[in-house]
Amino acid sequence: MVKAFNVPQADETAEEDLKIIGKPFRRVDGRAKVTGQTRFADDVHFPRTAYVKLVRSTVPHARIRNIDFSGALAMHGVLGTLTGDELPEPFGIMPVSEDEHALAIDTVRFVGDPLAAIVAVSEDIAHAAALAVKVEYELLPTISNFDDALATPEPQIHDYADDGNIHKKVSLKFGDVEQGFDDADLILEDNFFYEGSNHLALEQHSCLALTEDDDRVTVYSSTQCPHYVHRALAKTLDIPGSRIRVIACSNGGAFGGKSDPFNHEIVVAKLALKLGRPVKITLTREEVFYCHRGRHPVQMHLKTGFRKDGTMTSQHLRTTLDGGAFGSYGVASTYYTGALQTTTYKLPNYWFEGARAFTNKPPCGPKRGHGTPQPRFGYEIQLDKAAHVLGIDPAELRLRNLVEPNTITSNWLRIGTIGLKECIDAVVKGSGWKKRYGKLPEGRGLGLACSAYMTGAGLPIYWNHMPQSGVQIQLDRSGNVAVFCGETEIGQGSDSVLAAVVAEVLGIDLKDIRLCVGDTDLTPVDLGSYSSRVTLMVGLAAKQAAERARDKIARAVGEHMELPQEALVFADGQVFPAHDPDKGIAFNEAVVIAESRFGTLGTTGSYIPPRAPGRFRGAGVGPSPTYSYSASVIEVEVDSGTGLYDVQKIWMAHDIGRAINPVLALGQIEGSIYMGLGEAVMEEQAFRRLPKRLSPALVHKMPSMLEYKSPGFHDMPEIVSYMIETNDERGPYGAKEAGQGPLLPIMPALANALFDAVGVRVDQVPIHPEMVLKALHEKQNGREARVGPHKFPDIDYGEPLIVRTPEQGGDGRATDDPKSKRKGLRSASGTMKERDDALKEKSSATLTTD
Amino acid sequence: MLRLPPIRLESPATVRDAAKLIAKGNARLVAGGTDLWPNMKRRHQKAETVISLMSIPGLAAIDSSDTDIRIGGTATLANIIRDDKVRERFPAFAKALASISSPPLRNMGTIGGNLCIDTRCTYYNQTEEWRRSIDYCLKEEGTICWVATKSPRCWAHTASDSAPILCALEAVVKLESAEGERELPLAEMYVDDGIDYLSKQPDEIVTEVKVPGTSDSSQCRSSFWKLRRRGSIDFSTMSVAAAVWIDDSEIVTRASMYLGAVGPAPMPVADIASVLVGNKITEDGIAEIAHAARKIARPMDNTDFSPSWRGKMTEQYAAAALREIAGLPQLRMQPRHMLKVV
Repeated sequence: MVKAFNVPQADETAEEDLKIIGKPFRRVDGRAKVTGQTRFADDVHFPRTAYVKLVRSTVPHARIRNIDFSGALAMHGVLGTLTGDELPEPFGIMPVSEDEHALAIDTVRFVGDPLAAIVAVSEDIAHAAALAVKVEYELLPTISNFDDALATPEPQIHDYADDGNIHKKVSLKFGDVEQGFDDADLILEDNFFYEGSNHLALEQHSCLALTEDDDRVTVYSSTQCPHYVHRALAKTLDIPGSRIRVIACSNGGAFGGKSDPFNHEIVVAKLALKLGRPVKITLTREEVFYCHRGRHPVQMHLKTGFRKDGTMTSQHLRTTLDGGAFGSYGVASTYYTGALQTTTYKLPNYWFEGARAFTNKPPCGPKRGHGTPQPRFGYEIQLDKAAHVLGIDPAELRLRNLVEPNTITSNWLRIGTIGLKECIDAVVKGSGWKKRYGKLPEGRGLGLACSAYMTGAGLPIYWNHMPQSGVQIQLDRSGNVAVFCGETEIGQGSDSVLAAVVAEVLGIDLKDIRLCVGDTDLTPVDLGSYSSRVTLMVGLAAKQAAERARDKIARAVGEHMELPQEALVFADGQVFPAHDPDKGIAFNEAVVIAESRFGTLGTTGSYIPPRAPGRFRGAGVGPSPTYSYSASVIEVEVDSGTGLYDVQKIWMAHDIGRAINPVLALGQIEGSIYMGLGEAVMEEQAFRRLPKRLSPALVHKMPSMLEYKSPGFHDMPEIVSYMIETNDERGPYGAKEAGQGPLLPIMPALANALFDAVGVRVDQVPIHPEMVLKALHEKQNGREARVGPHKFPDIDYGEPLIVRTPEQGGDGRATDDPKSKRKGLRSASGTMKERDDALKEKSSATLTTD
Repeated sequence: MLRLPPIRLESPATVRDAAKLIAKGNARLVAGGTDLWPNMKRRHQKAETVISLMSIPGLAAIDSSDTDIRIGGTATLANIIRDDKVRERFPAFAKALASISSPPLRNMGTIGGNLCIDTRCTYYNQTEEWRRSIDYCLKEEGTICWVATKSPRCWAHTASDSAPILCALEAVVKLESAEGERELPLAEMYVDDGIDYLSKQPDEIVTEVKVPGTSDSSQCRSSFWKLRRRGSIDFSTMSVAAAVWIDDSEIVTRASMYLGAVGPAPMPVADIASVLVGNKITEDGIAEIAHAARKIARPMDNTDFSPSWRGKMTEQYAAAALREIAGLPQLRMQPRHMLKVV
């Protein structure tokens, strides 16, 4: 059920008569998907394909003493082996943490870390041969979680960490935090814990590489970011990027889990070059859990000051992230556990401290919401607690604190349109909140929570001045329009957005558009399907390219018709004068006229986000062209005898700016709810540390689809979704993101609903029924009716970077940055080599992210 | 994807031929394969030869023409649930079968296979590579039970949903081997050991399950409650099956209860007979039996949910199962999406 509320926009005249945008059209890849014609990476086949199996570490932390391939090589059908010494160049998605090797060299860092590869004529033989490889290890201490890493600075899992096994430390202080707490009437301090989880995309990672000519390799892969894979391959294979072609196949779900370059992609490319024949790998589900890059387990300590009227005076947030064995996106993830706290409610003073540890587990990274669901969970529960203490309705408390549109937050994020009030109003009305909240019978309750998310990261992963998205259009005299773009369809509908924007501008049918996407040889760079960036960035690049094409055609047709080009309308496959539609010509005829006039027709469009106002170290994480907003109410029923609970209904309102396609957008909202509910109720990337006296083992508890619990269709409650349209001029046709934001309010809304139902707090997720039962037991015994962490680790986050807020008249720079003066470090960009050089030279130059 | 090791697949046409083949050793029986194939892909069950029973004519028959219902060993779970007489006369049995896994697996999985399903444990149902990383476990190739490291025995839990209810309904299985055939009360087929969990010999084939007419719904009220994370596909983390025979004056004449997934075998709750037989079902009686059930249950850290909570839930669900039989209002939340028996 969709209800779109149209909030009046500033410029009503900008409203165009649109034929496709905003209408529910069938996704352009829909038919292929439902009839099995879509070619996913595992569907790619070539004659003489050889198959790879990776030999993975069976110990959590060790030096490799010896690898014995004799048993494997004796098997008929084994074509060869590969070890890390043949791929010595390190790689990693972030230039500051290029700490991975395609195959481990010397050291393995978690159970599942690949250390060798077997290539054979069949998958069966490759698997059997991989099992026959014998590896001798010299064990190193097992570091199993954040607290363990803090207590075990040596041996370091990576020697470039900020401090022992603490990979990254951040401390950013905006405004006068202490004065803010002095001004508060109520200060709440809480500890929260958010468990890690996997993306659980249905499609396992798959990759095929083949050589075409001498020294050229083509790689088909299930990746969200072909451009970053392209860069990593050029680096690790040590051949020019111009000789590497990466084709991103349609992804069978990704959710952030396919946005790093991966070991297996590099290995198959290397083996294809070595063997001169196609080489393929498809991971098992267990191996997907080892690639991971999922949600970081995060401990939080949140302290917030409130005035009696519910407005906030100050906040201090401390986080710890259990990062696993590699950097991945972790530096950005660390910042993200603090960056977006200011985007929903006014926080005049804000201090964020975060630290990420290396541990002997699969690396964590970006999962839908990237680093922000964890602090949002704590924040929205604490607001609920504050509302109770202050005697203010939780919805009202939030409304009193809303950030204003077109303002800059205390941590220097520029806010665009904000429809959060309308979102809250929608779910409050839909759920009957005012009549029902706090008044339902014992055992039933309602909970509310809100959130915000970025519509595309403001900065690219590696520092450059080039567009983040490019689109190229080629017009054929048949009327076919070929659209080239590096974007990657991961199920979110990006192909449909791209086609819809071009079709809208040129007034043609979606079927007359041929898309060529995600191919580094043929398409202009788009950075990838991550950070909810595609609709906005690809959409605007496509719009620019299409408008240029339209203008060119209009000029030629205008000359031909002896009319000014402005008088021409492109619609319904025709080009016609606005005043005399019957005088129109078919679009393909218009192309013929234009091609006759100008020669071969082609245009390009590109997009670069606006510069963010923050100028301090770390200001690169958090900025976005605009932010989406969500509000949700959850209704729950609790069995107080068992702790079992049933989520009965969810109301969700999302400020989407503008829905390019309401049906697809609704799918994104419902999908976010579904994934959020999984994290709230059951999902956990849990590990078993065997008793230390008996074993060094640290293993994933349940790396299978059956035993890693994630909800199925049957577990979904009824959902009522509302799309709030605030028409943000920063997005194409006013659009913002929809793919991640609506996940965020689910977890805290559930926790808040449980409190309304039975009066207990569960300050961690997933919320197992036994936790509810335990909290009820505490309540019955007169103790604090709460389950959650009681302690927070004692961490020295270092001297904070002091940044004056816009309200204080700051300029976006840090007032005092002793660290940067001392070390010249970059935060989220720059390369490791630059960083090493800076450390060596003790450079006094401050390298900032922009 | 996970790959099967090379095997020799035999498809005998008669039980006798199958029995001869299995008697040769180094072989395993397969019916629907929903248990064996994943186990062999993960290499914790091994065999050079696999003998399929699915090509044996008549072995999948369901004969409900007589007082007793006789179900062939390879009858699929889906076909048993579809049988009108089974649903009408043994509703809790049908409900238990309907709760097993997913429709595709019920279409393949058989009653014989479900009764013989390997015991499960999260240290055991893992790939070869994973098990290497814990140096294996007592149940297969290792020396330590990681669930209870000082334990000399294996604590893998029974995973069958048909077993507890059929034990409670006093079902009898027919076992055939090259040596001949015998009948055995189903409850006697299970052994309280995670490794050697069946008294059935490896060369014996479960060819038939007889559900006695004396256990049908006209004489016996039965119920089945199953605790799991998701109302679809998940194995039991604890289940309660109860059967109570009640005469015209509401006096209990016979009663049995079995617990699933909280021990290596279906665990009988003997107190149900001593408390109920000769009496009417009362709230106090239910509480006493539920309490006894909790003491009998031995939930371990070998599946989903914490052991202590599964213990508490055993008491709650034992009471719920008996309340259902007694027609008392339910106090506990029904498991979400407990599938309706189709």
